[in-house]
Amino acid sequence: MSSLRRAKPAAAQSTDAGPDTPPSLTPAELAAQRRKRRTGTLIATPGALYLLIFFVVPLGLITVYSFATRTSTGRTSLSGWNLNSYERIADDVILGIIARSAWLAFLTTVLCLLVAYPFAYYLATRPARLRARLLVLVMIPFWTNGLVRIFAIRFLLGSNGPASALSEAMGFGTFRILFTPTAVVLGMVYGFLTFMVLPLYVALERMDWRLVEAARDLYASGAKAFWRVTVPLTRSGIVAGCVLVFVPSFGSYVVPEILGGAKTLLIGSYVARQFQAARNWPLGAALSVLVIVAMLVAVAINQRNSANAERTQGVTR
Amino acid sequence: MISLAKTASWTRRARWLALAAAAALLVSACGGGGSDNAADDCEPGETDGDLAFYNWADYMDEELLLAFEEETGISIDYTVYESNEQMLSQVESEAAIYDLVVPSDYMVALMIEEDLLLPLNYDALPNFSNIDDAWDNPPFDPEHRYHVAYQWGTTGIGMTYDALDAIGGESSWAVIFDADTAAQVPGGISMLDDAPEAVSAALKYLGYSITETIESGNEDAIREAGALLKATNDRLVKYDSVTYGDDLVNGEVDVAHGWSGGFAQAFFETDAYETHVYTIPVEGGVRWVDTMAIPHNADNVCSAHAMINFLLDAENGAALTNYTYYGSPNEASTPYILDEILEDPGIYPPPDVYERLELIPQMGDLGLIVQDMLTEAKS
Amino acid sequence: MSNLGTAGAKRSATHLLKANAWFVFAFLYVPIVVLVVFSFNDSERVNVWQGLSARWYGEALGNTQVISALRVSLIVAISSTIVSTVLGTAVALALDRYRFKGRRALDGTVYLPIVIPDITMAVMLLVFFAEAFKLIDTFGPRLTLGVTTVALSHIAFNISFVAVVVRARLDQFDRTLEEAARDLYATPWRTFRRVTLPLIAPGIAAGALLALTLSLDDVVISAFTAGPGATTLPVYVFSTIRQGVTPELNAISTLMLAASITLVVASLALQRPRSTTP
Repeated sequence: MSSLRRAKPAAAQSTDAGPDTPPSLTPAELAAQRRKRRTGTLIATPGALYLLIFFVVPLGLITVYSFATRTSTGRTSLSGWNLNSYERIADDVILGIIARSAWLAFLTTVLCLLVAYPFAYYLATRPARLRARLLVLVMIPFWTNGLVRIFAIRFLLGSNGPASALSEAMGFGTFRILFTPTAVVLGMVYGFLTFMVLPLYVALERMDWRLVEAARDLYASGAKAFWRVTVPLTRSGIVAGCVLVFVPSFGSYVVPEILGGAKTLLIGSYVARQFQAARNWPLGAALSVLVIVAMLVAVAINQRNSANAERTQGVTR
Repeated sequence: MISLAKTASWTRRARWLALAAAAALLVSACGGGGSDNAADDCEPGETDGDLAFYNWADYMDEELLLAFEEETGISIDYTVYESNEQMLSQVESEAAIYDLVVPSDYMVALMIEEDLLLPLNYDALPNFSNIDDAWDNPPFDPEHRYHVAYQWGTTGIGMTYDALDAIGGESSWAVIFDADTAAQVPGGISMLDDAPEAVSAALKYLGYSITETIESGNEDAIREAGALLKATNDRLVKYDSVTYGDDLVNGEVDVAHGWSGGFAQAFFETDAYETHVYTIPVEGGVRWVDTMAIPHNADNVCSAHAMINFLLDAENGAALTNYTYYGSPNEASTPYILDEILEDPGIYPPPDVYERLELIPQMGDLGLIVQDMLTEAKS
Repeated sequence: MSNLGTAGAKRSATHLLKANAWFVFAFLYVPIVVLVVFSFNDSERVNVWQGLSARWYGEALGNTQVISALRVSLIVAISSTIVSTVLGTAVALALDRYRFKGRRALDGTVYLPIVIPDITMAVMLLVFFAEAFKLIDTFGPRLTLGVTTVALSHIAFNISFVAVVVRARLDQFDRTLEEAARDLYATPWRTFRRVTLPLIAPGIAAGALLALTLSLDDVVISAFTAGPGATTLPVYVFSTIRQGVTPELNAISTLMLAASITLVVASLALQRPRSTTP
C-alpha cells in the first residue's frame, strides 16, 4: 500500500488536508509549522491512545487467536500455531455464505441509495428550521429498542398480518414475505436507511447550489445538471452512505434470523456461531481478520480513487 | 483456572506488550485465581456476602429473589444470559465473578472437564433430599459432586390437532423428515435453530441412539443425519429457537420442533390448548436438565449454597415451576405445583414416553462436525 | 426544452420528491405505530391481540430488573456519548487540520471499529479485559467486568462514529473564516471557540446523537463485556425474547420513545432563540 502511495505523490498529497512542506520556509514559518504539528499531536493523542488500548490491542489479541487451535472442549489453546482456520475459509460452503451475504448487502445498499438520495435531496432543500425538525423525525424511530422494532415489522409481514390482509382485500390473495430473502432486505433497508440518509443530507446541505444554477444557465437540462454537477459534488456523501450501509448489512445477523427464518446462513450468523454455539474461536477470529483486511483494502482503493477524482475534476474543493 | 497453556503463553507475550513488571508476571502465572473458597465451612443457610447470580433470562420468579433477600438480609446481583456458551465465555474469562450459575446438562460436563466448577458441600444443603432419586448421578456428573438439578424439560414437536390428524394421529419425526408425511401437513414446518438439537432429531428419526452415537464417535451416523437435514431444508418455513411457540399459535406454521416449556407458555397464555398439542414422537426425543452450580472462583460460596438450599425448599421449588412451566426435579414440591402443569403430559410425560427420551451428551470434537451439518444444510 | 416545459418538469420533479419523502416517513413510522399499539395489548404474547389494556406499563415499571437494566443503559449511554464525542471530535479535528506523526495510522484505524463485526469486537474486548485484569491483579486491585467495562467498550466504537460524522462536516469547511479570525489576532483557542466550534457544532451534535443511539441499541458487545448486575436494557430484551415476546417489551420501548421525544422537543425549544442560521 505504501509503495503505491509513493508512486503517486500528487494523489496522496491532495487527500492529506494538512499543508505540505514547500521547498523553502522562513524560520518563522518553520516555527509555526512545528507548533502546528505539536498542536495536532496534542489533540489527537487522547483519542488515539484510547483506540490503541481499547481497540488495537484487543484486535491484536484476536488476530493471535486466529492462528491458534481449538481444543475438544472449545477452548482456544495458544500453542501449536497454524493456518488451519484460514484454510477453512477457502471451503466452498464458506465462500458461498460470503457470496450470499455480499449479494444481500449489495441489494440493500442499492435500495437504500435509491430511496435515500431523493429523500435527502428533499430534506436539504427545505427551509433551515424545518430541515432540523425533519431530520429529528428521521431519527426518532431509532430510539426504540431495535429488537422490538424488528418484531413489529415481523408482525406486519406475517401471513396473518396487515400487509397480507391488505393484499387479500385488494384481491391479490394472501402472501407471505416473512421468512424470505425479500423480508431480510426490507428489514435491513429499514434498519440502515438512516445511515444512508445522514451522510447524503450532510453532503447535499453544504453543497454550493450556485454551481447547479450556473450549469442550468449554461442550458444544461435539469437531468444533465443533476448528473454532471449535483452527483459529483455529493460523491463523498454517496460513498460514505454506501459504506455505512453495506458494511453492517454484510455482517448483520439478527434481522436475517428473525425476518428471514435463518434458512440460508449468512456470514454474520456464521461468525457469531463460531464464537458462541460452535466455540471455534480461531475460525471466528480468522473470518473477522479477513473482513478487516478486506475493508482496509477497500478504504485504501477508495482513498486513491477519490484523490484521483478530485485532482481531475477539481470541483469538490 | 483458564487453561494453563493459555495463561502461560499469554504472560510470555504480555512481557513486551506491557513494559511493566516482569517479576509481577511470574506471580500471575503461578497464583492465578486463588480465592479461598472453602465450601466446607458453610452452615445451612449461612451467607457470606451479596450473591452474584447468573441465570437464563425469564427463568426465575422475582418474588423468590425478594423472599431470599428478605430472609437472609443479603442482596442479589441478578444477571441474565441467553445461551450456555455465553455464560461459559464469561466464567472461563475469569473477568466476571459469579457465585451461582445455571448450566444445562452437557455444559456441566464441559465445565467439570475444564475445572470451572466447585464441588458442593451437601452439609449446607439439607433440602437436597427433596430431589427425586431419579436425578441421582447423571452421566454428565457421575459422582454428583458439582450440580443440583434446577428445572427440566423435553424437546419434541408442537403441532395443531389438524396436522396430527393429517398424519394419522401419532406423532413422529416423519412429519418433518419424510417428504410424503410432511406433504400431508396443511401449513408450514419449523425446526430449532440449534445444531445439536437438529442433528439429534434427525438421529432419532433414523433410529440411532444419540448417546451411543456420540459416545462411540459414530461420525457416519452424524453425517447421515446431516444429509437428512440438508434434504429437509427446502421443506421448512424457517429455523427458529425463539418464537416457535408463538408462531405455531399464530398460524405461521402448523408443525414446530421446539422445547416443552416454550410451547406450554405459548399455549397456556393464549388458550391454544384446544387446538394445539405438544408431543414426543414415537421414535423418541430429547430431554434436558438445567442445573445450579458454583463457579470455581466464586466469592460468596456460602451465599450460593444458601440460595441453592432455598430453591430446593418444597414450596419455593413449586413456585419456580409454576412460573416457568418447566418440570421440577423436586419431589417434595409436587403438592404445591399447579394441577394444570402436573396434569400436562407435555410437561410431565407418562413413564412410557419418558423412557424414549435421551440426554444430549457433551460432544467434544464431534461438536464441530455437528455444527457443520447444520451449516451445510443451510447452504 | 422550452421554459414552460422546464417549469412543468421541475414541478413534477418536486412532486415526486415530496411523494418519496412521505413514502419514507410512512415506511419508517408504520412499524413504530404497530409497536406502540401493541404495547397496549392485554395479551401475554405481543402479536396475539386480546384487547386494550395499560397493564404492561404497570408491569414494566414494577419490574425491578427492567428498572435496573434501564439505569445501567442510561449510565452507559450518557457517559460513553460524552467521552466519545469529545475524543472523537478531537480526532476528527486533528486528522482534518494537522499533520503529525502517526497520522496515517490513526486515519486507517479510526474506521475499523465501524467495519468490524459486533461479535468479534465483543469477544476481543472480553479477552482483552480478562488479560488486562490478570495483569493488574498482580499489582493489587482485583478488577472485574461491570458497568465500567461496558461503557469503556461503547466509547471504543463510538469514537469512530463521532469522528467520521464530524470529519464529514469539517471536510468542506470554509477556512477563510478561521484565517480571518487569526488575521485579527485572535488566539488559536479563541478562534476555535468563536469560529470553528459553532461552524462544526451541527456535525458534533449529529455525531453525539448517533453515538447515543448506537449505545442504547447495542446488544452483543454489552452482553460480553458486562459483569454481575450490569445487564443493559437491550441485553435484557434480547435474553427475554427467548421466552417469548411480551407486550412489556413494547411498553418499555414506548416509554423510551416518549422520553427521548420529550428531551428532543425540549432541547429544540431551548435552542430556538439562538438559532440564527448562518
